Amino acid sequence: MTNSPSRDDAPTTPAGAPAPRPAQPYWNPYVAGVGLGLTLLLAFVVLGTGLGASGSLARVAAEGAHALAPRAVESNGYLGAWFADGSALANYLVFLSIGTLLGGFASALFARRVRATVERGPRIAPRARLVFALAGGLLAGFAARMAGGCTSGQALSGGALLLAGSWAFLVAVFAGGFLVAPLVRKEWTS
Amino acid sequence: MNLYQQGLLDTPLGFALALAIGLAFGFWLERAGFGSSRKLAGIFYLRDFAVLQVMFSALVTAAIGLWVLDAGGWIDASSVYRMETRLAAQITGGLLFGAGFVTGGWCPGTALVGAASGKLDALVFLGGAMGGSLVYAALWPVVAPLQELGACGIVALPEWLHLSTGVTVALVLVLALGAFAGAHKLSIRNAHPQS
Repeated sequence: MTNSPSRDDAPTTPAGAPAPRPAQPYWNPYVAGVGLGLTLLLAFVVLGTGLGASGSLARVAAEGAHALAPRAVESNGYLGAWFADGSALANYLVFLSIGTLLGGFASALFARRVRATVERGPRIAPRARLVFALAGGLLAGFAARMAGGCTSGQALSGGALLLAGSWAFLVAVFAGGFLVAPLVRKEWTS
Repeated sequence: MNLYQQGLLDTPLGFALALAIGLAFGFWLERAGFGSSRKLAGIFYLRDFAVLQVMFSALVTAAIGLWVLDAGGWIDASSVYRMETRLAAQITGGLLFGAGFVTGGWCPGTALVGAASGKLDALVFLGGAMGGSLVYAALWPVVAPLQELGACGIVALPEWLHLSTGVTVALVLVLALGAFAGAHKLSIRNAHPQS
């Protein structure tokens, strides 16, 4: 039994117990893509801005750092402005991400996909996989601040607005991913 | 009039509407299978093309929708918030971000959905991303100059290419359809590696 989340990977049950119903299949990627695109369009029309995810993570981190070292954070050239009105969390991006968490949870729950697991390929131990997840997170969090957004805020939202810098970012993300993929192949493939 | 135009994004009304849109965002990401790091990482080994298919169909849908709403006079697309183009920062950031994506198996939005589905690696990735943001802020005096290198203000592709918005959107659509056809071909070939 691996930790793979594939839908035919139903957990084993004691003899006699009814087997849990397997997870539902994912939806067609083009259907999900058009749904996501209409959500983005709604954000453009109603909010007047695109979607995002990395900004809220940075704000939560800044708020935590502010609780420990308020003066250092307020005087920081990058973070200081977020505390001009008090809390870095009083920002629409934070609420967008709370929604993303809840929407993702509801969808996973309805599809019977909620399960505590460390997702990994068959050749890597859970602990090693978590070290890679931490390293990847550090890199992506740093890079998203540098680029002014991540796959949602910069690549998808800016891409749909046809912004030159967002398209440069989008191409660079795929280039960076394909360049590094051979080095971390052990994490994912059999 | 959108909320950004009215300066109402960071008000209780903006928070409520952002939360509602976030619900739909998380729902579609999870339905697409983006609560799975193995599925996401699959694009970088040409094993699973959902990242490309979902990303480009969403991008094209929103781009066409915005163009149609603007051309029909229903909204003023120029009222939507636009990020400045800062080439050095966005290209360097993009390369590092892609490296982090394939190493971590997540990007920030999909990691939220993964964590909500119980993936511990997503939770750890989110912690890392928060740490990485603080590292960037701590290094701000060193990294700030990169923002000015190749900074050209708000620039959109139609201006760069000297094309109308409609023609540019059509070009993006053709590019996306080409990518979908390529993905289809590769997925058939990779499903039958012996043939």
